Amino acid sequence: MDLTAMAAEMGGDDPLTIEGAGTRGGRTPGVRCVTAPSGIDWIQADEMTVCCGAGTAVDALSMALAEVGQRVALPPGGTVGGALAVGRSGIRRLGDGPVRETLLQARYVDGAGEIVKAGGPTVKNVSGFDVCRLLVGSTGTLGFLGEVILRTKPLPASSQWFVAAAASDPFTLRRTLYHPVSILWNGATAWVLLEGDPADIEEQAVAGELTPVDDPPALPGPHRWSLAVRELQGLTKMAAGPFLAEVGVGIVHHSSPQPERPRDPAAEELRHRVKVAFDPSGRLNPAPS
Amino acid sequence: MISAAVVDDLCAAVGRDRVRTSATELNLYKRDASTMDGSAGVVCFPTTTEEVRQCVLVAGRHATPFVARGSGTGLAGGAVPLDEAIVITTTKMNRILSVDAASCLAWVEPGVLNLDLTKHVAPLGLHFAPDPSSQQSCSIGGNVANNSGGPHCLADGVTSAHVIALEVVLADGQVVMLGGEDPEPDGYDLRGAFVGSEGMFGIATRICVRLSQNAPDVRTMLLDFATVEDGAETVSAIIAAGMVPAALEMMDKLCVQAVEAYIHAGLPTEAAAVLLVEVTGLPHGVAADVVRISAIGKQHGAGTVRIAQDEAERALLWKGRKTAFGAIARIKPNYYLHDTVVPRRKLPEVLNEVYRIVERHDLLVLNVFHAGDGNLHPLLVFDRREPGVMDRVHAAGEEIVRVSIAAGGVLSGEHGIGLEKRDFMPWMFSPVDLAAQAALRFAFDPDGLANPHKVLPSGSSCGDISHVPEGAWI
Repeated sequence: MDLTAMAAEMGGDDPLTIEGAGTRGGRTPGVRCVTAPSGIDWIQADEMTVCCGAGTAVDALSMALAEVGQRVALPPGGTVGGALAVGRSGIRRLGDGPVRETLLQARYVDGAGEIVKAGGPTVKNVSGFDVCRLLVGSTGTLGFLGEVILRTKPLPASSQWFVAAAASDPFTLRRTLYHPVSILWNGATAWVLLEGDPADIEEQAVAGELTPVDDPPALPGPHRWSLAVRELQGLTKMAAGPFLAEVGVGIVHHSSPQPERPRDPAAEELRHRVKVAFDPSGRLNPAPS
Repeated sequence: MISAAVVDDLCAAVGRDRVRTSATELNLYKRDASTMDGSAGVVCFPTTTEEVRQCVLVAGRHATPFVARGSGTGLAGGAVPLDEAIVITTTKMNRILSVDAASCLAWVEPGVLNLDLTKHVAPLGLHFAPDPSSQQSCSIGGNVANNSGGPHCLADGVTSAHVIALEVVLADGQVVMLGGEDPEPDGYDLRGAFVGSEGMFGIATRICVRLSQNAPDVRTMLLDFATVEDGAETVSAIIAAGMVPAALEMMDKLCVQAVEAYIHAGLPTEAAAVLLVEVTGLPHGVAADVVRISAIGKQHGAGTVRIAQDEAERALLWKGRKTAFGAIARIKPNYYLHDTVVPRRKLPEVLNEVYRIVERHDLLVLNVFHAGDGNLHPLLVFDRREPGVMDRVHAAGEEIVRVSIAAGGVLSGEHGIGLEKRDFMPWMFSPVDLAAQAALRFAFDPDGLANPHKVLPSGSSCGDISHVPEGAWI
């Protein structure tokens, strides 16, 4: 995919922001905004990889991949670039792993308008430093994603949500079920997503006293808490208001914001040095003034 | 000779009994498991984060480079000290600090051996997924430095996917926590940047790893083929059919013959290639995959499909794979192991090219590799006493790397760049790409004292001076 137009558009020394579909926070207001190209370059099911523009809609990509029996572990909605730049996982993280595992190669445009490649096109690669991991979740402050190569996964033979019996302990389910894709818990009820061979799902459901349901519950609010997995057990005591916790992961979807977390000044200084090293003039996606 | 002042300061930092300067020990620590030698100035053995910090501060005070070292099993020269660097060995930091079975994580010190952790958590039904062939002797700190893989990383991912937090001593002596036990720590993924940084971003002193559930059911299969192409095409067909086996390994004829002579497992020594396929999971899915993989193999000309009938047979088949490097001593006394990745669909043509290259250089090659993720491991075998043989080994190796890159592959799948492939980096990355990597290194270590002159070729950033040791592969 040709990124020269995007790079040319990003030239100059003025502050810049980038927007995909605007579903994950969107642009910095009052700053010149660019967009990344969209479109799928290629899908290689036998390599379990796909190459597309960062502006490609996640849902369009998912539909194209489904035609060849593949899927990508990005949360639905918005653009691929937005999902990667924000780096937040969907409710399948227990099975899918974090978003950062999905990015194999990125071509991005840096603050100097240069096109930079990070990572490599193969499913396994340790050539050089892992700039891809750094880009995921960096919210466009180190470079603007232009084109990416992503890891895909085969679609499961079968997929089914369940609700657990009233007396079920979700933390016990986490240990007794094999590779559940998601366990959600609101403090009283647990929902479980199982995928794989239908006969295995049925046996696991019987053993775990699980009843099929059509859908998982709606998220109780816009806020995300990030807790150590073990902290979830005390959640009913510490979290007022409705919540839906991802058991085994530590994400809690909540109606109110997470209380302030302690910050590590040494890590913050290091992050600042990374930002300065990648974008010395600080023009990429500045914080709103 | 390193200055007495450095040695004295290190003795003050960790105690005289844990600082070594004898010629014998410096000789031991001037190399890793590659063919390259460097020069160690002094070797020290800290036992705590604070002692590591003190060693690093001594290095900074004397403007002397330092090299972190685990078990020294690296194959790319990443832990080879240059210019009489201070070698900071983490082997005595080998405690498993805590295991939280409910959260599926453990905190370990960097010197804990990979397999020791898996053995430790086995009674809990858990394991540490990255399983390099050296897992009996390689350290988890080394796995972090190299972002190590192994046969079972096809389905489970390499080390980076299994490390969630790191306590790190930076080159300026600051101690910083990267990542965290919670899933979305604030800010950039510095944990992800650190994993695979080959000792150039600092020294990991405590590591929080993710533990994986042991699979309820495991089936291990061996398929043999009359041609390497048939075996390689079977690999692609299995993946294209939507299966991701836990492991999908290939051995070629010479390798199978060497292994069979060594372990007597009844391997098909007349086959051009064998595939070792392991399927794990719940019983119905595993049984279905075994049937489908057998059928795909047969469609691609598999001679026999052997399915391990019990744990003993399974262990024997894996022993064949994991002892391949030992078995080659029956053919020639020395070997040079390469590590590149190509797209799976390119395996047949690249393997054939490897055979042609090796023949042209009058060498022997055994192929034993992670076919499922296209990770080639051509093993050149030779007798280094033969005059001129190393030149041929290096020339053949360079050509193998070139054809891998030309096929759309990458320089390394799991061994890292180190010194071995440092000067090949421009084959894969432009000057601008390399400058970004150098910028990342600069952010972690502005003075460049942590394991300098590795990974990035000279000229990637200002002030780099190339120091190439004897035996390096340039």
